[in-house]
Amino acid sequence: MENSVFHLQYAIDTFYFLVCGALVMWMAAGFAMLESGLVRAKNTTEILTKNVALFAVACTMYLVCGYAIMYGGNIFLSGMGEVDVAGVLGEYAERGDFEGGSIYSGASDFFFQVVFVATAMSIVSGAVAERMKLWAFLAFAVVMTGFIYPMEGAWTWGGADVFGMYNLGDLGFSDFAGSGIVHMAGAAAALAGVILLGARKGKYGPNGEIRAFPGANMPLAALGTFILWLGWFGFNGGSVLKLGDIASAHSVAMVFLNTNAAAAGGAIAALITARIMFGKADLTMLLNGAIAGLVVITAEPSTPSALVATIWGALGGVLVVLSIVTLDKLRIDDPVGAISAHGVCGFLGLMLVPVTNDGAAFSGQLIGALTIFVWVFVASLIVWGILKAVIGIRVSEEDEYEGVDLSECGMEAYPEFVSSK
Amino acid sequence: MKLVTAIIKPFKLDDVREALSEIGVQGVTVTEVKGFGRQKGHTELYRGAEYVVDFLPKVKVEVAIGDGLLDQVIESITKAANTGKIGDGKIFVTELEQAIRIRTGETGEEAV
Repeated sequence: MENSVFHLQYAIDTFYFLVCGALVMWMAAGFAMLESGLVRAKNTTEILTKNVALFAVACTMYLVCGYAIMYGGNIFLSGMGEVDVAGVLGEYAERGDFEGGSIYSGASDFFFQVVFVATAMSIVSGAVAERMKLWAFLAFAVVMTGFIYPMEGAWTWGGADVFGMYNLGDLGFSDFAGSGIVHMAGAAAALAGVILLGARKGKYGPNGEIRAFPGANMPLAALGTFILWLGWFGFNGGSVLKLGDIASAHSVAMVFLNTNAAAAGGAIAALITARIMFGKADLTMLLNGAIAGLVVITAEPSTPSALVATIWGALGGVLVVLSIVTLDKLRIDDPVGAISAHGVCGFLGLMLVPVTNDGAAFSGQLIGALTIFVWVFVASLIVWGILKAVIGIRVSEEDEYEGVDLSECGMEAYPEFVSSK
Repeated sequence: MKLVTAIIKPFKLDDVREALSEIGVQGVTVTEVKGFGRQKGHTELYRGAEYVVDFLPKVKVEVAIGDGLLDQVIESITKAANTGKIGDGKIFVTELEQAIRIRTGETGEEAV
């Protein structure tokens, strides 16, 4: 009888990981829709290609070597197909209760982890939109998902020492679902790319003017945001890592609740901030605000009360609007606000953790944030730099004017007057 | 024959179409266009960056008619498309040299 319960617990905790992983996979659709809605029509096919391809690259590189670098284990996930049923039952039997860490299929762990890698990578694609060479981007994705992300993942969730020098866990660093590890990391890679890439032609004028390049499809952008919001329940919810006991299940529920509350707070705060600053409701800021709220709460979604989670989200919503405007003033061109929503707000999320979580320390959070940022930013700068020198990362001026749909993909997203030979 | 081109506000299209039907005009071509007249543009903000909204959506209505219908057509379109506010549009009349119905090969006034 006892064995039956153990089977069931393994099954439920494994199933939970898989469902949450599937929800996070759905965030890839969210990013694809959000980004394609915020770029101009002539650049839509290319950004969609980037989004689908980077997801595939992330899944493959993480399978080849990323997971091994981050958590130990075998290259190409060899051995993943086996399960030692008797061994697992023995583990449960030794425990005496159900309240320890969860036991689940290693394959489900990989599945849950790999979709996070794809999320980090997709943050980059929005920031470099409309002017980067597609293949340079994909080449970068190979290195980011196979090496750069897994390294900082190893030092954080993997528990390894940072080049043997110090241990972030020992210093009190805590990042529940990845405000820093995933979101700020992605933004750091994006920032490095954007600095070497330069702004879109005509975006910034010689006398400090900032020109608007309105996105071509607001419905897609809004849809993408809601898809991200939904997927985030898996992102944060799955990071509880266990479902199968009363305390864990309640924790999962609080995480879902707080994730939702933070998104709502962020959305409202961004809308109001944009209204005050610009005089009208800016849909794109509203969307960025919801995402900012989600990013902020990602570092600590279980301990805050629902009200505090809403306030944390709202702080993110205000910050993201200010950050977007500031980056434009600094002539750092980010067509979708990725660096602001994921980087700046990711950092905020990390620093808010100790307010409600006694186990974390502000100093630990800061050291962790700097470790992640410096590693990812510098490593990315090097990779982007090599790519720029060897194959170039920016399309030609003419290609940029015609649109990267034609230059990189040879097909328009909204074709008209196409004739056969 | 004349080619009458009218630039009107998009929401007036149905009214103009009905008015033209009532006086016996049988064919119309419609295009979505953007444009402006003497009205000045205004500025909006997109993510904090200013941009000018100069070109407003309009609809271009083209009808090819015999000379006899010209005055009626002008009056119909004017009445149907008028709102009294800025941006109502304009009507242009050009001489139509030839017209051909592709299916039957008819030409001239029989083709319009």
